[in-house]
Amino acid sequence: MSLGEYEKHWKSVVSQSVCDYFFEAQEKAADVENVPPVISTPHHYLISIYRDKLFFVSVIQTEVPPLFVIEFLHRVADTFQDYFGECSEAAIKDNVVIVYELLEEMLDNGFPLATESNILKELIKPPTILRSVVNSITGSSNVGDTLPTGQLSNIPWRRAGVKYTNNEAYFDVVEEIDAIIDKSGSTVFAEIQGVIDACIKLSGMPDLSLSFMNPRLLDDVSFHPCIRFKRWESERVLSFIPPDGNFRLISYRVSSQNLVAIPVYVKHSISFKENSSCGRFDITIGPKQNMGKTIEGITVTVHMPKVVLNMNLTPTQGSYTFDPVTKVLTWDVGKITPQKLPSLKGLVNLQSGAPKPEENPSLNIQFKIQQLAISGLKVNRLDMYGEKYKPFKGVKYVTKAGKFQVRT
Amino acid sequence: MSSNSFAYNEQSGGGEATELGQEATSTISPSGAFGLFSSDMKKNEDLKQMLESNKDSAKLDAMKRIVGMIAKGKNASELFPAVVKNVASKNIEIKKLVYVYLVRYAEEQQDLALLSISTFQRALKDPNQLIRASALRVLSSIRVPIIVPIMMLAIKEASADLSPYVRKNAAHAIQKLYSLDPEQKEMLIEIIEKLLKDKSTLVAGSVVMAFEEVCPDRIDLIHKNYRKLCNLLVDVEEWGQVVIIHMLTRYARTQFVSPWRQVDSLPAEPQGKPKNTGMGSLSLLQRIFPIYMSSRNYVSFLGDVLEDNEKDFYDSDEEQKEKADKRKRPYAMDPDHRLLIRNTKPLLQSRNAAVVMAVAQLYWHIAPKSEAGIISKSLVRLLRSSREVQYIVLQNIATMSIQRKGMFEPYLKSFYVRSTDATMIKILKLEILTNLANEANISTLLREFQTYVKSQDKQFAAATIQTIGRCATSITEVSDTCLNGLVCLLSNRDEIVVAESVVVIKKLLQMQPMQHGEIIKHMAKLLDSITVPVARASILWLIGENCERVPKIAPDVLRKTAKSFTSEDDLVKLQILNLGAKLYLTNSKQTKLLTQYILNLGKYDQNYDIRDRTRFIRQLIVPNEKSGALSKYAKKIFLAQKPAPLLESPFKDRDHFQLGTLSHTLNTKATGYLELSNWPEVAPDPSVRNVEVIELAKEWTPAGKAKKENPDKKFYSESEEEEDSSESSSDSESESGSESGEDEEDDRSGDSAEDSGESGSEPEAGKGRAATRSRARGRGDSKDVDKEKENSKTSESSSGESSSIEESSSDSESESESESESESRKVTKEKEKKTKQERNPLTKDVSLLDLDDFNLVSTPVALPTPALSPSLIADLEGLNLSATSSVISVSTPVFVPGKTHVLLHRMSGKGLAAHYFFPRQPCIFGDKMVSVQITLNNTTDQKIENIHVGGKKLPMGMQMHVFNPIESLEPAGSITVSMGIDFCDSTQTASFQL
Repeated sequence: MSLGEYEKHWKSVVSQSVCDYFFEAQEKAADVENVPPVISTPHHYLISIYRDKLFFVSVIQTEVPPLFVIEFLHRVADTFQDYFGECSEAAIKDNVVIVYELLEEMLDNGFPLATESNILKELIKPPTILRSVVNSITGSSNVGDTLPTGQLSNIPWRRAGVKYTNNEAYFDVVEEIDAIIDKSGSTVFAEIQGVIDACIKLSGMPDLSLSFMNPRLLDDVSFHPCIRFKRWESERVLSFIPPDGNFRLISYRVSSQNLVAIPVYVKHSISFKENSSCGRFDITIGPKQNMGKTIEGITVTVHMPKVVLNMNLTPTQGSYTFDPVTKVLTWDVGKITPQKLPSLKGLVNLQSGAPKPEENPSLNIQFKIQQLAISGLKVNRLDMYGEKYKPFKGVKYVTKAGKFQVRT
Repeated sequence: MSSNSFAYNEQSGGGEATELGQEATSTISPSGAFGLFSSDMKKNEDLKQMLESNKDSAKLDAMKRIVGMIAKGKNASELFPAVVKNVASKNIEIKKLVYVYLVRYAEEQQDLALLSISTFQRALKDPNQLIRASALRVLSSIRVPIIVPIMMLAIKEASADLSPYVRKNAAHAIQKLYSLDPEQKEMLIEIIEKLLKDKSTLVAGSVVMAFEEVCPDRIDLIHKNYRKLCNLLVDVEEWGQVVIIHMLTRYARTQFVSPWRQVDSLPAEPQGKPKNTGMGSLSLLQRIFPIYMSSRNYVSFLGDVLEDNEKDFYDSDEEQKEKADKRKRPYAMDPDHRLLIRNTKPLLQSRNAAVVMAVAQLYWHIAPKSEAGIISKSLVRLLRSSREVQYIVLQNIATMSIQRKGMFEPYLKSFYVRSTDATMIKILKLEILTNLANEANISTLLREFQTYVKSQDKQFAAATIQTIGRCATSITEVSDTCLNGLVCLLSNRDEIVVAESVVVIKKLLQMQPMQHGEIIKHMAKLLDSITVPVARASILWLIGENCERVPKIAPDVLRKTAKSFTSEDDLVKLQILNLGAKLYLTNSKQTKLLTQYILNLGKYDQNYDIRDRTRFIRQLIVPNEKSGALSKYAKKIFLAQKPAPLLESPFKDRDHFQLGTLSHTLNTKATGYLELSNWPEVAPDPSVRNVEVIELAKEWTPAGKAKKENPDKKFYSESEEEEDSSESSSDSESESGSESGEDEEDDRSGDSAEDSGESGSEPEAGKGRAATRSRARGRGDSKDVDKEKENSKTSESSSGESSSIEESSSDSESESESESESESRKVTKEKEKKTKQERNPLTKDVSLLDLDDFNLVSTPVALPTPALSPSLIADLEGLNLSATSSVISVSTPVFVPGKTHVLLHRMSGKGLAAHYFFPRQPCIFGDKMVSVQITLNNTTDQKIENIHVGGKKLPMGMQMHVFNPIESLEPAGSITVSMGIDFCDSTQTASFQL
């Protein structure tokens, strides 16, 4: 495996030159997005992921399910994110040793060993500013001196001996609307993808059950390994001993039969005149089916055609930027107030002489609605067994735009 | 890495000095004092000094910098002696970093590496399992051939270690040793065999990985462990699950007969394969030749292929008939086959994409076609994750959707393309949309395609045009619409789009050549403007083929192209030659001179293909004295009816590679790919999977306390009322409803988590009976919860515990050792009965059961406990007879293996021994009761008088019909009585006193 210029070998050492094949493929693909995840070279196979502007490449010698590798690489990136707060080149550079120690624990001879963040944190303590100061003074290390027990138990995702003074359990129900809206404003495709992220800070070995008012909404669910599948099957209750800290409890899709409420609409008129070097651009956003909540955090991103040189627009609200190099127009709208709908109007300058673009660009819209799960999913209650104290519990709902695209 | 790190890479390659400078800054050490050194020598000297210093902090800093060097791919091998001295350091972090270093450089510095071996050997004996494990890990990673015997010994010992964690590492070490020295294979297989028997979920994944690497062909090693692996699967860690599922898929394909009965005659199946490949190659030829074909040889070759193909076709047809005959007898799925399919299903819900994909491919390859549908939902879910996951999943869906459209049709819209998708994702989605197209959805799809054609991503737009072409050929209703649409695209401004349309239109016209004179004229006009070679070549070919239909245009086109001949692309030149030849043959009056002019130009072309072609054509068409008989047939050769090309998916036939594999993704066989065999005609002996029960009496669950009814149960069952509204008429009923549901789960969990010789039960098997049994079974939810834990616990409480268990079981007189159904539920139940003890009904303990718990409970139990539950055997045997389960509900006496449980041991019963068993007959005392037969033995030498059931201690709702008091029992006499107990669908104890 090699991280760009960082490499780590588990089996026999593979020369770094194998990465040249990867760099070649990278050059060939105009866009980083189009670098093929699986590349075959004469003696090896390269499987890579692209995340946070970094490529993680692993070198494979023999047949292995590619998803196995991809999933693992993502898990590695998740771990870095978890440890260093960001998964960036700088973070990795600054923490080479921890990265190395982590990789050593995560993989043995090509087979994943400890991938649960709870276990890893027991083995290798994440760096904090305080600790690095203390370490440099006392000479102590960031490798845990007690050996983790979780790996040996049958709940490998939770570490033992967790203690908190304030016991809290928070759940964020986050739903994203994926939609394609066509020119005329009708919905081509829409579905709701949701996740429940948990932040659990409970002492001891709590055993939680989370139940919903309307569990039947959840069409297709994937679980964190801590969830007891049988309980869900028989009672539609999420019963689990949680890992310590932040984790994704479930992700779900809301049954596609249900009609999805689309909270915003866009009026648009984008036109490019034939044989003229300008065009008109006019979009207005308005609320629709927003369940009485405010829609906020609206941004509109448009990838303009290549022939667009510049844009001269006036927003009634918020601010816009146009990057003439990448041709990306971003309009940061903010909140919608129904009394005065935000709009963005103006002229588009085209490269003179070039044929007018055939297709109008599609608009990618982001928004956020607090305190609403658009599918109507509601948590009924959370019960805790196995521990005596009373935890503080909280559930938060947010609806966001996922891959929300308006074709124009 | 990112493009900027790429740049960084180049830079660092540029000069030693820059590299050093950067490295010193990048491998920041806490004290930050090391940026000063500039020369390699000096720096290494310094590192050596630090390594030799007394202070751990200095050593640590040095090691950190060295690891930084390794990470950069820099050579740090000269520090080996200094580093290796620290291998025995007390500081864990130093030690770990030294390990990292050792593993990296030991292969290069073998002699020195040996210095460290003794340290590891010592650590292998350490009382701490984690230290033993890590020592083994590093020792086995040191690739020094001389220590092979030491490694072998260490692996052997570790594989018998009490700690499953150490055994897991032993399994990893097997692969490492094998890659270092393949000669050790035989010995390693022995260890693998031993570890395969391991019941720990921790070990399972790793040992199967080792199996796949070392001896994937030794399928015989799996037989005995098959059921256990199926049952453990849910509890294995996610990475292990992937490996095990892939292995079991291969296994199932060798051991079970095909569940795809009559469907076999479809070409999709492996049997149809030879035919398919024949067709494939033919179509390939067809696709290539319309343009290039102009020689008799080619034609005859094609003919041959066709003939062969036909032969093939008939052959396989007959073959299939035979097979169909064989298959006519009714198909019954092997229960083991069913077990695998059933136990993998929950894993579709995994968060790990690799696990979901593994289950999906298992369903695809071994499940009955009617059941494979459930995987589509989960696969579609994966499309929300990262680009790379999407890429692989879409590829697999593409392969699947060709063969079984129906599976993904409901999710059609999930494959709609977004402008933000990466091009490779877009093209895969398009591929799937094409595969899914049918008469019903084609109009929606075409509308969608119209949007795509206008995409700014031209590569994608071109792919869409191809797609439209494919839809047009596969769905005849829309072919005209498609064609018209494509003709409209000819006036598109973008050249790539036009060119692609031309190529596709050419293919379409070839299929229905009659009526499209207008389009050909239109395309002839395009020739003036279009520059893309493939498109020009296509137009020329089309005109040549139809030259008799457009008699005025064709010669004019030839004239124009003759002028531009020299500047054309090679591909176009060849077609100009072809066009000339065809016109020469049909309309030689007008074109003779032109053709000769072109042939002259071609004769002196730079490209030898063109020169060859020119010479060939000249000989064939221009009559001269030398030309043989062939020229008579020139017209036939050139103007033969050419078969229309088949527009096919590139994913056709890809499924001869196991889905989800690297080979499937690459569409070539990757190193180490293991073929998926075809289904056997006749199933191999299924009894090889039976496990002899005798050897198994090792493990026992710390079954511990039975959980009392969870007070929350009511809450749950109420919450379920929506679902079970029919049952919620009364509280108690709704309760029992939910319970019995759970019971089934219980069954499964029992099966799934346990190793059992008798599993393979059908969960649905005789629900009727399950209902009765469940009364003895069901328990509160907490129990379910516990169960899971207990189960996994069981598997972990390995031989370490076995000693004490064996002890206890040897006490018991029953033949019970014959099984190790460590089903906690059962054991618990028995124990409860046995120990006429009252338990505090309020004890509710949802937390993990640990061993201490268990001991606490078991100590007050005066009676030795049998380590297994014969009744379970009966249970499971009953379950096995899925087909005959109805028999059980009939009131005729059914033979039941007379396995008995000890109710009261003679020692504690003051000479009175009692055994009981469940006769599995309807109870005569009431239909809700379970009948229990109790055999009382007098082992004393005196009469025992007045045996009766005394104080009953029954939980709410339970009823017991006691036997009539027995007046006396002669010494050594025995008597059998029966009683009925209504367990209320629960596994609560019925405690009573004799």
